[in-house]
Order: sequence, then C-alpha cells, then structure tokens
Amino acid sequence: MVVLDINALWRRRSKIRGGVHPEPRKESTADKPIVTDFPLPERLYLPLQQHLGQPAEPVVRAGDKVLKGQLLAASRGAVSASVHASTSGTVAGIEEYPAPHPSGLPTPTIVLEPDGEDRWIEGAGEADPFSLTPEELCARVDQAGIVGLGGAAFPSAMKLNLGWRTRINTLIINGGECEPYLTCDDRLMRERAAEIVEGVRIMLHGLQCPTALIAIEDNKPEAYAAMLDAAKKHGRIEVVQVPSLYPMGWEKNLVTHLTGKEVPAGGRPTDVGVLLHNVATAYAVQRAVRYGRPLISRVVTVSGEAVEAPRNVEAPLGTLLSELLAFCGHKPERTARYVMGGPMMGDHLPHVQVPLVKRTSGILALTPEEIQAADARPCIRCGRCVSACPVGLLPLEMMTRIRAGQLDAAVSFGLRDCISCSSCSYVCPSRIPLVHYFKYASGELMARQQAQQKTEQTNRLAEEKRRRLERAKQAAAARKAQASAKEDAS
Amino acid sequence: MSKVYLPVAPLTGADHPVQAIMAQVVLALVPATAFGLFLFGWPALYLFLTTVLSAVLFEAVCLKLAGKPASLFLLDGSALLTGWLLALSLPPWAPWWIGVTGAGLAIIVGKQIYGGIGQNLFNPAMLARVALLVSFPLEMTTWAQPAPLFSGQAPGLLQALGITFGGAGIDGFASATVIGHAKTELSQGKTLVEAFANGQFGLAGAWLGWIPGSLGETSALLVAVGGVWLLRKRIITWHIPVSLLATVAALATVFHLIDGDRYLGPLWHLGAGGVMLAAFFIATDYVTSPGSPKGQLIFGAGCGLLIFVIRTWGGFPEGVGFAVLLMNALTPVIDYYVRPRIYGRDYKGKPLKLPEGKE
Amino acid sequence: MYILFAVLSLTALGLALGFMLGAAARYFKVEDNPLVDEIEKMMPGSQCGQCGYPGCRPAAEALVAGKASATLCPPGGKALAEQLASKLSLDIDLAGVEDQVPMVARVSEATCIGCTRCFKVCPTDAIVGAPKQIHAVVADACIACGKCVEVCPTECLGMQPIKTTLRNWRWAKPDLAAAGA
Repeated sequence: MVVLDINALWRRRSKIRGGVHPEPRKESTADKPIVTDFPLPERLYLPLQQHLGQPAEPVVRAGDKVLKGQLLAASRGAVSASVHASTSGTVAGIEEYPAPHPSGLPTPTIVLEPDGEDRWIEGAGEADPFSLTPEELCARVDQAGIVGLGGAAFPSAMKLNLGWRTRINTLIINGGECEPYLTCDDRLMRERAAEIVEGVRIMLHGLQCPTALIAIEDNKPEAYAAMLDAAKKHGRIEVVQVPSLYPMGWEKNLVTHLTGKEVPAGGRPTDVGVLLHNVATAYAVQRAVRYGRPLISRVVTVSGEAVEAPRNVEAPLGTLLSELLAFCGHKPERTARYVMGGPMMGDHLPHVQVPLVKRTSGILALTPEEIQAADARPCIRCGRCVSACPVGLLPLEMMTRIRAGQLDAAVSFGLRDCISCSSCSYVCPSRIPLVHYFKYASGELMARQQAQQKTEQTNRLAEEKRRRLERAKQAAAARKAQASAKEDAS
Repeated sequence: MSKVYLPVAPLTGADHPVQAIMAQVVLALVPATAFGLFLFGWPALYLFLTTVLSAVLFEAVCLKLAGKPASLFLLDGSALLTGWLLALSLPPWAPWWIGVTGAGLAIIVGKQIYGGIGQNLFNPAMLARVALLVSFPLEMTTWAQPAPLFSGQAPGLLQALGITFGGAGIDGFASATVIGHAKTELSQGKTLVEAFANGQFGLAGAWLGWIPGSLGETSALLVAVGGVWLLRKRIITWHIPVSLLATVAALATVFHLIDGDRYLGPLWHLGAGGVMLAAFFIATDYVTSPGSPKGQLIFGAGCGLLIFVIRTWGGFPEGVGFAVLLMNALTPVIDYYVRPRIYGRDYKGKPLKLPEGKE
Repeated sequence: MYILFAVLSLTALGLALGFMLGAAARYFKVEDNPLVDEIEKMMPGSQCGQCGYPGCRPAAEALVAGKASATLCPPGGKALAEQLASKLSLDIDLAGVEDQVPMVARVSEATCIGCTRCFKVCPTDAIVGAPKQIHAVVADACIACGKCVEVCPTECLGMQPIKTTLRNWRWAKPDLAAAGA
C-alpha cells in the first residue's frame, strides 16, 4: 500500500491547486467610500426569484400600498427566500420582466412605484441576538429573506439550519473577493467591520459552533486591519490572510486551505464540519437579527473602463442596473460588454434594463480594450488549462469530447466536478471558450436526464392506461356474462 | 460566431497567444541555430533556408486547399517552427531536395492530413526526419566536418551552392558523429577507449558543439541555454526535459559503471547527438505530448528510455526521432489513463470518504 | 510435396472451421432477437403511431431490421435518437431532429365542449376533465403525439411549442466554425 501513502503525501503538499492571477483592477473603486445617498429610482423591479430554489409566492396585489420592508412575496417550500419592499409605495403590478440573466428572458416580477416617503413598516423589532434560541434566530434570518450575497444566492436560513443540525466546528467567513474589479466586500469590511463581526458572532451563536475564521486575501491590507481590530475582543473569531489567487474564494479551496480537510466530491463543506458564509451575508444577518431589518438593499460595485466614476453604491434592490451605471457616469458608446458579478464567474448581460437583485455583487461596463475579444483558434494542447484548473480536471480533453458530442466521455473526465470558475478559459492561448463548452454540456446532460425521466413517465402512464382499459374490458365482459347468466336463469 | 451567449472570462488572460508562444520558441532556438550556421557555413544556410521556406510554402498550399483563412493560420508561426526544427535535425550539408522532401513530409503527412495544427498525432519534424532517414540513409548519415565560415577549409558561396544544389560530393569533408563513431567501432570489436584513442572527439567539443553532427544539435550547451530560457518564460514546464534527461543520464551511468568499455558515459549521452534538442524542443511539443504533469513525466522518461535503448542496442546510431515518435503514439493512452486527482476524489475517481463520525 | 502438404492442411483447416461456424449458427441460434426487446424498452411505449408503425414494438422491429431510421420517434426526440443510434451503431444526422421544437397540446377553453374524445385517445392520460366539462392538458405528461388534435370535433386542441423560460433555458453549443477551430 505504498502507493496510497504517496498519494496522501501529495495531497497534503498541494493543498491549493491551479489557479490564476488575473489583473485585480480594483484600484478604481477600492479607495472610495460606499455611496449611501443613491437617489430613489422611479420604479423598482423585484423578481420573485432572486435565489436558488422555489420562487417566492406574491402576497400583495396590484394597487396595494406597501411600506418599506413590508413582505411582498413569501418564501415557498424548503429552499426559498422572501422578497420585501425596498421602499414605501404602490405595487404597480406583478408582470413578466427581463431577468438579470444571460438569456435576457423574462421572469415574474413585482413592480413597485415608490411614493418618495421611504417609510419603514413596524417590523419584527429589535432583539438581543444572544438571548434568542437557534430556532428563533434562524426564523428571523428566514423572515428577512437573506440569501448568500457572494453570488450563489442560496437561502441563508436554510444553511444556518443545516448548520446547527449537523454540528459545525468551524465557520468560515469568506472575505476573499478574488474576482477582479469587485470591491464591495472590501469596502464593507473597511467601513462596517463591527457590524460584520457581530453578524459572525450571531451566526456562531445560532450554529452553536466554537470558532469562526474570517478569510481575507492578502491584497486587502486595510480590510484586514479593520476586521482584525473589530474582532480582537472576541477570542472565538480569528481573522486570517489568504494568498491572492483566483479562485481562492471557491468555498472548497478555503476549506482545504484553512482546515486541511478536503470536501468529498458531490458533498458540501458541512460534511467535514465547516460552514461558509460571505461577509456581506454576515452583515445582512446582523441587520436582520438585531434590528429586524429585511434584506432590501445591498452594496454593489459599479466599475469598468466605460464608467467615468466607478465606485461602490448601496442601492435598493430592484433598481435598474442601467440607473446605477448612469449614476456613475456610464458611457454606453464605449461599452462592449455588460457583466453582472465579476468577470470570471459573472453573467454576461445582453442589456442593463434589468434589476439589481440580491446576488448582484457588481455591474461592469467593459470596453473593447478590456475584454480583448478574439476569435478562437484550434487547441494546441499546451496544457495551460490543466495547470490552471483548481479542481484537477483536464479541460482540453473534456472540450474535445464535448465538441465531438461525446458527453458521457466528458463526464468520465470529470465534467460534473467542474465549478465553472473560468480559469481555463482565462489562460487559453487559443482563446477557446472552454467554460462555455462545459456549461453547454452540463445543460445538455440535464436536458437528457429530464428527457429520460419523461420517457420513463410516459412508459408508466401508457402502461397504466393499458391496464385500465384492460380492467374496463374485463369488467364489461363480466357484466355481459352476468347479464347473460341472468337471462339464462329467467 | 455567436458572441451574444459567450460566457465571460473576458480579461486578457492569454498573455501568450499562440503566435507569441511560437515566436518565443523560435527565439530560444536562435543561439544554437546561429552557431550551427556558423560552424557549417554556407551550405548549411542554404539548406536551412530551403527547408524553412518550403515548410511555410507547403503550409500555405494546404491551407488554401482546405479553404482555411491562410493569413490567420500562417501567422501563428507553427509551420515556421516545424521547418526550423526539421532543418536543425538534418545533416548540414545535405542536398536541397532533402530539405524540401522533409518539409513536405512534415507539413503534409505529419500535420495537415490530420486536420492541421493541434490535430496531429506525431511530431511533424521527427516524422519527417525518420522518414528521410529510412528512405535516404546515405544522405542522412553523411556528416560534414566543422568548417566555420570565413575559415580556410570552409567552402565559398559558389562552392556551397554546388554542395547544396548541385549534387557535388562532400567526400573531402565527410565524417561520423560521436555516437555513430562509437557504434561503428564497437561493432568491429574495439572498446570505447580504443575508439576514442585518436582524440578526434573530445567531451568538451561535444558539449560546445565543435563536432560533426546535425545542423543545430551539435552544441548541447547552446540548446540547453535556449531550453532553460523557455522554462523561465513558462512556455514549457520542467516535467518532460527533466524526466527525459534524468532517464538517459541514469541509464547511461548504470551501464557505464557496469562496463565502461562498451557503454558511453552519461556526459557523452547528454552532450552528443539530439538528446538536448529533443528534451527541450521536440518532446515538449504541446500537441504530441500528454497534457497532465504526471503524464509528461512518464512521457519524458519513456523517451529517455527509448533513446538509450535504440542508441545502445538498436540498428541506428541515433534514436531520438524513433523514441519521440513511439512515445507520441502512446500519448493518447497516457492522457486517458494518467489524470490528475480531482478535488474531493481519490486517484480512481471515487469520492473521498467522509471523516469519522459523519454518515 | 511441400506444396501439396500446405494445400491439404489449409483445406482441412478451412473445412473444419467452416463446419464449426455452421454448427454454431445452428445450435446457438437465437430465436427472437433480444435487441428488439431492448429497443422497445427504450421507446416511449405510448404506441402513438407517429413513426408510421402501428406501435412501439413494430417500430423496434423495423429499426433492428434496418428498415427505419433512428430518428423515427418524434416524442423520443433527439435524446432517444442518439441512444438508438449508439445502440444500433448507426450513423445518423441529428440536424433534422434538432429542428423540431418540443411541443405541447393546449385546449382552447372557448371552444371546448367537453366531449371527452381527446382523453380517450390520449396514450399517456395527459388530458384531464369530465364529460361536459372543459378539458385541460397536463403539460408534463403530454408527449405531443397529436392524436387528440385529430379527434377533436371543434378544433379546440392545438399543438404549441413549449416556451423557453429561465428554468429550461440552456447554454447553446459554442459555434467556432468561423475560426476553423
């Protein structure tokens, strides 16, 4: 069993694999304070689904007057999140409106016309977080409609609930922000460190978890200092610097780097006793649990070379991204591409007449020089994608198989383990959109699986119908036999 | 191309677009090439130019026939590099048609019939070299003595034209390579000590390159300098060169210690012939070598082993071309079976077990 | 002499092997082609008849006999066509299949008279309703066979393409043909 030992050694030595060093491009926004006086837009568009899972169920109707923070749509099912009014005003309607999504397809959306008074509702009220039970605490997070603000948008209450049920021994707060351009978490940590740290303490309390690690990339010394200062009074919270490397913020990378544990494939960090939350989520949790405030606004980075005055803006959810860009001096004629989120994992948007949603960490207007679009060339098998992959996949082999239509072969090369981090596409000298291939293949596999299920269902239904007809026929025959027997008897 | 639905990854990550990579490889070859051209004079220059130009020309014709945008693909520099590497592996005073035939074999048979860049199974330059060696053994093993430019014994411009294009013999200058010489002498029952007794070949000469040999292979030192520069530029990784050279050196050491009279030492093996060029420039060809680091280690070691075996016991004096081609053929197999470990999985691809106490 | 020996031995070898093959063909003969059963299992089994055969089994038999194309089954779509092609080792052109937009039946409530004819013919019980009541289609169960459209006396049933929404939207395959990549 010598081989196995060598493998184990290898694993310990190369904890974090692959990764790339994209230009940070954070200078233009990192040193400017968060803008908090963003003017209230004329209309707000609040999609019923801003999270993973089931869309929320509207509880208001067109024409209803609502107050700031009032529940507009309630969470439905186990994995879902509520939507609240970002300001006071009138519900103009519940209609299909383009979603912030690469397809540009519409999604059911509550349209809110602000009355300009910005009047708060009598909400859940203030509370002392540390006298609440974990259940009560989770309920308050759930009522506030909080989702993971790092980009995944997984309902946070669900995660906290999972957490205290499965015994977590480490809570990791992800302040990595390894995507280029984005500085919203950086600014939040610099300006609101105390609130974040209290949010972390609330989470620790709710999870019944002994320790928290706040991971910050070493390219954010100011944020590190601010968080260190805020956390020093609390022995259970440790602020740690992690190397600047994309994708350091991939949750499993952080788990492995900070705890030495490796999350089994197909599993979650909770499987090894670790739970991860984003710093902005910790901030939202503090607001919700201590003050009873729902998640109705967020800090978003507005950046890119096609923006004159890039900065971080705290804006109400439902604001159109076009208004945020205009506020920061957007030059549409210079814009070659709009990106929601960071440039590596974010979504390319066909247009920006779409609302700010909970998971929007950034809106970028990039110039042609920034994106350097180029036609793809044939793969020369240089292997750069292999060394860049943080998961240990062979992107080039997967790509050739997907191109040839051999999706099953691509799966055998680990397609399902791909995290779509774009490191491979980023380093490819032939500019092959590798991640696009992987996203296409994953979608196609999903479609096939659904088609397979449908075939099975059809088979079952057809079989049922055949049996039913058979029974009906037998019953009819029996009746006939009975009738003729009666006739014979009479 | 639908640009609308392209996912992002938009930054200038490709600081090494394909043509820049090719350009840097060519640049790394310049010292060894310049030395070779100087050492073997005008005939070498004529042969070199003929080979490179015909490689580019064949590429252009093939692209035209295939209906591909010639400008886009010609500019990637891959044909130039293939022609260049082939020229460096030819006997410097070989006639012009060796260069043209070789370039045609490399570009057409070695690369374009597979579908062009990135599709070929075998290293085009080595394919051409081996095909030439098998088809024209006389021309491919007639080596010129070093006759540096402007020195007394060097052929002039016109005389050189006669050597390259006119079919004039080079009898007066002919010689054998180090490894060829050793092999011939050994086969006549002499020991290595006797074979090198006349002082025709010195170890320092082999490393510096003042010996007969292929156009660009003679100076192991200059080739290695270019290779190390490529490593530093991160154009190639260390895996293939190190495993190839280490394997050759290790085998040579072991056998030399066993019987110094019959087996050349490691310094001779590394310094003479095409090993250095193969290690840094030929076996490291992206297209025909494995993609994963572990696969590359295996590939390099395999090349090293085969080079040593063919040199020592094979019928040909030099084994680089055959060794690389044989390992090229194994590349898809290596790539299929040797994969990096995936995060959260063991080496067999099974998910890792949960730690104790968890279901 | 040697030549004679070679000729004789090779003839003997050929005869022996020929007999063995013949015997194998006779004694190991498979009565019913198991491939037909396997193929039939892969088909939707709704006996809708859109392929032009009277049911899924006859269609499977035609496929195995090489009389039908792997793309014959519209409800099975591209996925089934690919599975069939790989099972039967056929080369198929999926371009034609891909063009078919997935459809679903829809009842126009204005003209439905509740005659129940449609749900009697529906192979998957995808139409629900009662006599004299407006019928409705369960979109998930509908296989777009079109039988209901044929029998509807008021032409209130029609086939409509399934709408693309955020839930069923997928990334398209990258098209790099332009660059020759």
